[in-house]
Amino acid sequence: MSLNRQEFLKSIALGGLATALSTEGVTDVLAQTGAGANGKQVDLVAVMGGEPVEMLNAGLKPFGGIERFVKRGQKIVVKPNIGWDKTPELAGNTNPQLVAALVKLCLEAGASEVTVFDHTCDDWRRCYRTSEIEAAAKAAGAKVMPGNEEEYYREVALPRAKEMRSAKIHQAILECDAWINVPILKNHGGANMTIAMKNLMGIVWDRRFFHTHDLHQCIADICTYEKMPVLNIVDAYRVMKSNGPRGRSLNDVVTPQGMFFSPDIVAVDTAATRFFNQIVAMPLEDVGYLAKGESLNVGTMDLKTLNIQRVRI
Amino acid sequence: MFLRICRRVLALLFFLVFLFYFLDFAEILPHETSLFMTWQLVPAWMEKNVAVLATLGIVTLLAGRIYCSTICPLGILQDGIAWVARRFQKKPAYRYESPQTAMRWGIVGVVVFALALGVTAVLSLLDPYSAFGRVATNVFRPVYLTGNNLLAWIGTQNNNYTFYYVNAAVQTLVAFFVALATLLVVGILAYRNGRTYCNTICPVGTILGLLSRWSWLRVRISPERCVGCGMCAKKCKGGCIDPKAKTVDNSRCVDCFNCLGTCKFQALTFGIGGNAGIGKSLEPSEKVAQKEDEGTTSRRDFLSFLLLAAATGGSTSRETLELVYTGKLPFTRQFPIAPPGAKSIAHLIQHCTACHLCVAKCPVQILKPAVGEYGLEGFLAPRMDFTRGFCNFDCTICSEICPNDAIDILTMAQKHLTQVGKVVFIEDNCVVKVDETNCGACSEHCPTQAVQMVPYKGSLTIPKIDPTICVGCGGCEHICPVRPYRAIYVEGNEVHVERAEFEESEKIEVQLDDFGF
Repeated sequence: MSLNRQEFLKSIALGGLATALSTEGVTDVLAQTGAGANGKQVDLVAVMGGEPVEMLNAGLKPFGGIERFVKRGQKIVVKPNIGWDKTPELAGNTNPQLVAALVKLCLEAGASEVTVFDHTCDDWRRCYRTSEIEAAAKAAGAKVMPGNEEEYYREVALPRAKEMRSAKIHQAILECDAWINVPILKNHGGANMTIAMKNLMGIVWDRRFFHTHDLHQCIADICTYEKMPVLNIVDAYRVMKSNGPRGRSLNDVVTPQGMFFSPDIVAVDTAATRFFNQIVAMPLEDVGYLAKGESLNVGTMDLKTLNIQRVRI
Repeated sequence: MFLRICRRVLALLFFLVFLFYFLDFAEILPHETSLFMTWQLVPAWMEKNVAVLATLGIVTLLAGRIYCSTICPLGILQDGIAWVARRFQKKPAYRYESPQTAMRWGIVGVVVFALALGVTAVLSLLDPYSAFGRVATNVFRPVYLTGNNLLAWIGTQNNNYTFYYVNAAVQTLVAFFVALATLLVVGILAYRNGRTYCNTICPVGTILGLLSRWSWLRVRISPERCVGCGMCAKKCKGGCIDPKAKTVDNSRCVDCFNCLGTCKFQALTFGIGGNAGIGKSLEPSEKVAQKEDEGTTSRRDFLSFLLLAAATGGSTSRETLELVYTGKLPFTRQFPIAPPGAKSIAHLIQHCTACHLCVAKCPVQILKPAVGEYGLEGFLAPRMDFTRGFCNFDCTICSEICPNDAIDILTMAQKHLTQVGKVVFIEDNCVVKVDETNCGACSEHCPTQAVQMVPYKGSLTIPKIDPTICVGCGGCEHICPVRPYRAIYVEGNEVHVERAEFEESEKIEVQLDDFGF
């Protein structure tokens, strides 16, 4: 399926409208200033309820819209999780409507081009197709780039890292002006959770290195990369609660309709883990890369120190 | 003239579709294209496709070896080579060749004898469709993919991703050499003298040749009109027109119709009845005898190549097995892994003629021609190799396209239940035990969670396997990061079975009222 332009614009418009109406009185959002009630800069936005596109619009509003992150003329990369040959209902990959809407917003904000890619686990062409992300992103005006062969990756030093002191990173990331990380929230057999930090494994060529050199440390290490995403958007509209990251059936999927936004990748993962913890127990200590990331000054786990906006739709 | 153009257009069309389907990694042609492959005689025989066999028989009885000139890709490839040879080189014209009846039937005899012993490999090597498939897959395809990668490189430099990089490496070196040798032998024969392969070696040509002796429509010479000038014989790449005896050896005529337009006296027609002569009255001239000698040399070459291929096959196989699995805690696979749908190793090697269509069309390129893994009987049959990838859980392409039904068709539900092998876990190789760090890559990739991460020390989790629900896709083996030995691998099932059902996770509905922070 592909979203046609008209439907697409309509859904954005309606989404925006719905957000404006429903959030009134629930939150004290000062949408245009990008500041919270106390005048401080917004650090993290959490949205609950609604459909993916309206949640996206609602979540960006407290930041002052996508324009806070995307400047006119910039080359932007939107990096979803497209790891598996799974349909959107099975929650193995980021929601395609969310990706498409985000691409559209970036282009409307004046991005010169938007590129979408992932280094998939299953056969990449099938992942791109079955996830419906390729079709949706292309329809929204993005370039969809492969990440299946080593030729697309180039070595980059990671001087602040502990274990993984260098990595081969995808050229789309190397060559862009800014990028937005759009993972989906899932349970994960190896790392316990896969969210925003873990999604950075998809910009790297050799993921076996992660698994042989302390997975949690390497996930934290890749987040010391100097060109981190300007914004992380965690898709928790559908969530894989068990048998992740691949999942076996619809029984592994719940639909809590959440979405989390922050430039702080540790904070957004901490928030998403706490959200997940309400579905299946998941203490923060079990998600080892959070603390390791914090100690490398990648971000903070201490949500109390942040200016958090909570939006209910 | 009309007949000639018709056959050329049809032949070229078939050939291009065949060739492109083998090369087409981007899935531009629909997989229904593989239906054309089922029209081939040997696959139809293997599949016991009575309709195709009957149709081919009737067509041959009706009009001779139309199969050889129109839908056999190896035949058309030879025509192409011969055409180039005569267009750009000063090659002598064709001439009448005496029939090699003993050789032809001798080869058929060997093939039948081998089949009776349950050995398909001899037929596999000689079957023109399978030979063409191997050439296309193992020789032409790497060239095509390299060309694509060049375009991908240019595109990627210019921010264009229409072309993407693919793995262009040869799948199995031995298969490459066998295919290359086939191409060289067939190519040189065709370059020198047209359809020599078809009329002396090819068992399909011999069988169809037998039928076409009685064919209703055929090329015939009117002895009253023929002046014996031999113009037609010079155009005959089958070498089957004897101008002296004024006969056409219909068992060797491949219906190319090139001769029809050449006769100034309209002595040649394609029509009903006529001589079925094999040139009994022939007095072989010295030149013919000389030619025949050259033919024998090629045949000898070919036979020694067969022996060579068999020999290299045996030796390399052992080498491969040892090379792949070296290291601290090595493991040996008892059985190779046959693709899902193969039913059993025995079924696969009995029905497969190694056309390598599955090898070419596997989207993750994990099907590789076996060398010695299945033993000599299964030489070049496909096996699954998880070095570069693993079997996609939701893919049934190889089973859909196999023209021989050596890989029998599977529905998606059947595929999900088919167990081609079972997971084996070597805990002492596992990074979780050895280095006490988290990993879980195997479990991540497991579609049925036959590999599950269970609590180990502290917050560490370690793989726990349930081979009964494993499908043998190789995801775990592929991704296992431990070297030189992997800690987890798939042991092949000699006979494929249905895996056990797994216990579904509990379905829950969540209605969250809070963000949780």
